[in-house]
Amino acid sequence: MSTTTTGLSSARRRKKTRLYLVLGGLGCLALATLLMLAAFRDNIVFFFGPSEVVEGKVATGQTFRLGGLVKDGSVDRPGAADEGAVWFTVTDNAQDVRVRFAGLLPDLFREGQGVVALGALNDEGVFLADEVLARHDETYMPPEAVEAMKRAGTWKHTEEGAAEGGAGGAGYAPAAQ
Amino acid sequence: MHRFANPGRFMRVADRLQPWLLWGGLALLVAGLYKALLDSPPDYQQHDTVRILYIHVPSAMLAQGAYIMMALGSASFLIWKHPLGDLLARSAAPIGAALTLVCLITGSVWGKPTWGTYWVWDARLTSMLILLFLFIGYMALANAFDDPARGDKPAAILAVVGIVNIPIIKFSVYFFNTLHQQSTLFRREGPSMPPEMLTPLLIMFGAFTCLFLWLLAVRLRGEFAKVRLRAIRAGLVRRAETAGRRRAPAGGPVEEGAG
Repeated sequence: MSTTTTGLSSARRRKKTRLYLVLGGLGCLALATLLMLAAFRDNIVFFFGPSEVVEGKVATGQTFRLGGLVKDGSVDRPGAADEGAVWFTVTDNAQDVRVRFAGLLPDLFREGQGVVALGALNDEGVFLADEVLARHDETYMPPEAVEAMKRAGTWKHTEEGAAEGGAGGAGYAPAAQ
Repeated sequence: MHRFANPGRFMRVADRLQPWLLWGGLALLVAGLYKALLDSPPDYQQHDTVRILYIHVPSAMLAQGAYIMMALGSASFLIWKHPLGDLLARSAAPIGAALTLVCLITGSVWGKPTWGTYWVWDARLTSMLILLFLFIGYMALANAFDDPARGDKPAAILAVVGIVNIPIIKFSVYFFNTLHQQSTLFRREGPSMPPEMLTPLLIMFGAFTCLFLWLLAVRLRGEFAKVRLRAIRAGLVRRAETAGRRRAPAGGPVEEGAG
């Protein structure tokens, strides 16, 4: 009789040990992962914002991705004079970077839209893009609703609002570090 | 709790639920697909491409749900030696892998017209790809041994360790700059989506959930039958051995002292 009770309690003790082992292991693993991701954050980010570029986080000639909003009224197409390239300004509403791109733009490209461009800075601080991707925001809306809001004068391109919202926005604001 | 840890009782409950899950899921799927593909408005920017979302989002959510289920099952197997936990994890893995694949493919097809590219190595897309590899790795490890029971423990450990990837997927779009947008549904201000798009999405989510649980029940029965078959086979072998030993004295001296 006494042997069965000690057998049971030792089984229970083993279960408890295993529970703590698993929980403790997971805790350590979570901490290690968190530290690692925080340490490599600059390498894992998909793009740098204009503020980070102006701060000098990337060297001239180094290939990186630049992300932000296409500034209103900044798109300029010199046409044949410049090999059909498009010039525009990428902004995070704090700093601006001028971009030159000769190639096919995604359909969503327009002023006020979020974009991510791959390329490098030249000596004049112009970003020469090899590829431009459009970034989509998290807002979905039927076209009629947009029309109605435009008529009522309450329409505002959502990404501008998001970027102004800072950290809670679409991620264009410079990361607070 | 322990009532459902009994595999026999659990299977009886699953049996009763199964037809409801199947027919309910199919009905929701038909209604959801009709609403999503024909009876919901296009998006003001993406136009009809937005309809991919009604497949992409439910499969992404359920793929992660399947992983969480797999990890919890594996943890309960490691800690309390619940045989059901291991069976649950083994059943959930291929379904989760398929859902992850659906999520990646639909996302890629959506990305080309919207972003201008099928694939980028941003934190969200990469962590989702890692989820697929975790599912595949789990299945490979769980079935790597001649005696399937030997694969239980290493596979369970992999499943539990891999759970760190789930919060990474979730928070990747907030912690890192990603090309992938942030969550539309889970925001402080509520979903940034009108009701005529949210309704089909929720119906599709319900359909995917029902069909996921149905598939899980089907696979669970298969895994359960496999274990029983192995037990019966082992029992037969043992009986044959004891019968052989009982016959042995008449046939001649066998190394009985060693036994």
